[in-house]
Parts: sequence; structure tokens; C-alpha cells
Amino acid sequence: MTDIGLPHYLVVSAGLFCTGLLAVLLHRGLIEMYMGLELMLNGANLALVAFSRFHGNLDGQLMVFFTITVAAAEVAVGLALIVALYRQRQSTDATDITSLKL
Amino acid sequence: MHATLFYLFAALALMSGLLVAFNPFSRNPVTRAMFLVLAMIALSGLFVLLHAYFLAAIQVLVYAGAVMVLFLFVIMLMDLRESERRRVGAFAAVLGLAAVSGLGALLFGALRQAPAGTEAAVGSTRDLGRLLFTQHLFPFEIVSVLLLVAMVGVIMLSQREAE
Repeated sequence: MTDIGLPHYLVVSAGLFCTGLLAVLLHRGLIEMYMGLELMLNGANLALVAFSRFHGNLDGQLMVFFTITVAAAEVAVGLALIVALYRQRQSTDATDITSLKL
Repeated sequence: MHATLFYLFAALALMSGLLVAFNPFSRNPVTRAMFLVLAMIALSGLFVLLHAYFLAAIQVLVYAGAVMVLFLFVIMLMDLRESERRRVGAFAAVLGLAAVSGLGALLFGALRQAPAGTEAAVGSTRDLGRLLFTQHLFPFEIVSVLLLVAMVGVIMLSQREAE
């Protein structure tokens, strides 16, 4: 077996990003789309950590630390918005949300 | 050993990622959430292989712990039978697959020219913490304020309208 290098990790990262995008594009339920967004974020995180490892630079890891924190805040706010929307419309389907007015 | 673990975690992450995107066996959102947890845990295994031990721990704590609990709470709070019954439209599926394969071709085409790179010694958790509290102290403080704002915002959003 050959040595595991930077391209190996980048391939996994690109694959995760693509599956996340697929989840966002294929589903119309807001929760499923949200899970796809999380997958895309994690794919990008993996690329950052791999670059940090193979360039001997800790800045990539710090970036991932901040990304994870912001993603946690984003998930909390996004899910609260989805719950508020569900109370209003009894639906979490993106196709039902067509007007800005409540 | 390293290669075996890498292929194991990579396959686990990609497989469970695919099952989040498209699960032929179940349309239950809880199943999707569980496969998302599996992908996160496999990713934290990859972080360990990259010697990012602190991030691996954070990944498990924040994603597999906190974020997933939130997801499951919200899924169980709502009655999602309706969305379970909806099928993916053929048009949307074809367009989505085309878009994703286009992006994938672009990414993998760019990766073919990537240099192999050699593993460099990268700092430990101690160095990460030192960097965080000296050079990157300001972003760290901003992030803490952001978390506070998000917390207040979530409480405000999720309380029912006062009569």
C-alpha cells in the first residue's frame, strides 16, 4: 500500500463536499438540507486540517476551531428559525415557503 | 497501519455521507441524523490520523454531541410524516446529479495536479492553545460574543408570542 499523502485527504474532503451538495439539491425538507450543509462544512474542515498537517502550519487548525464554533451557533439559530417557521406554517418544506409575509 | 485506518475512516465517512444524501432503505429523518453522526465520528478519526487531537475531541463533543442532540430534538418536536412521504422529483434529481458531478469533475481535475506533500511536524494542543490566546485572541473573543448573541437570539426566536 502506498503512503497516504495530501491528495488522499483532499479526495475524501471533495467527496464529502459533493455528497453534502447532493443532499442540499435533492431534498426539499429544510432539515435534510441543513444536514447537507453540515456535511459540506465538514468536508471543508477536513481539507483545512490536511493542509495544516502537510504544510506544518497551525493556522489551518485554528481556522477549523473557529469554523466549528460558528457552525454550532449557526445550527442553533437555523433550527430555532425552522421551529418558528413550523409553528407558523405546519410545514418544513422549502417549496411551501414562497412569501416573505407571515 | 496508518493506511488501513485511513481507508477505513474515509470509506465510513463517504458511505455515511452518501446515506445522508440519499438513503434507499429509509426516509426517516432520524436515520439520516444517525448517519450524519457516523460521518462526524469517522471525520474525527481522520483528524486523529492528521495529529489534530484537540480538533478530533472538539468534533466529537460539538458535532456528534451538541449539534446532533439539537437536530434530534427538532426532528422529534415536529411531525415530519408529510415530508417523509414526499418523493424527490425526477427533474430535480437529474439536475442535482448533473450539478454535483460537474463540481466533482472540477474538484478532482484540480486535485490531479496537487503535489503529494510530505507530512510536516505540526504543533500539539499546547501550541494550538498558545496561538489561540496570543496571536488570535481577538477572533476568539469575537467568537465568544457571537455565541452569546446566538444564544439570546435562539431564546427569543423559540419563545411563544406573549398574549
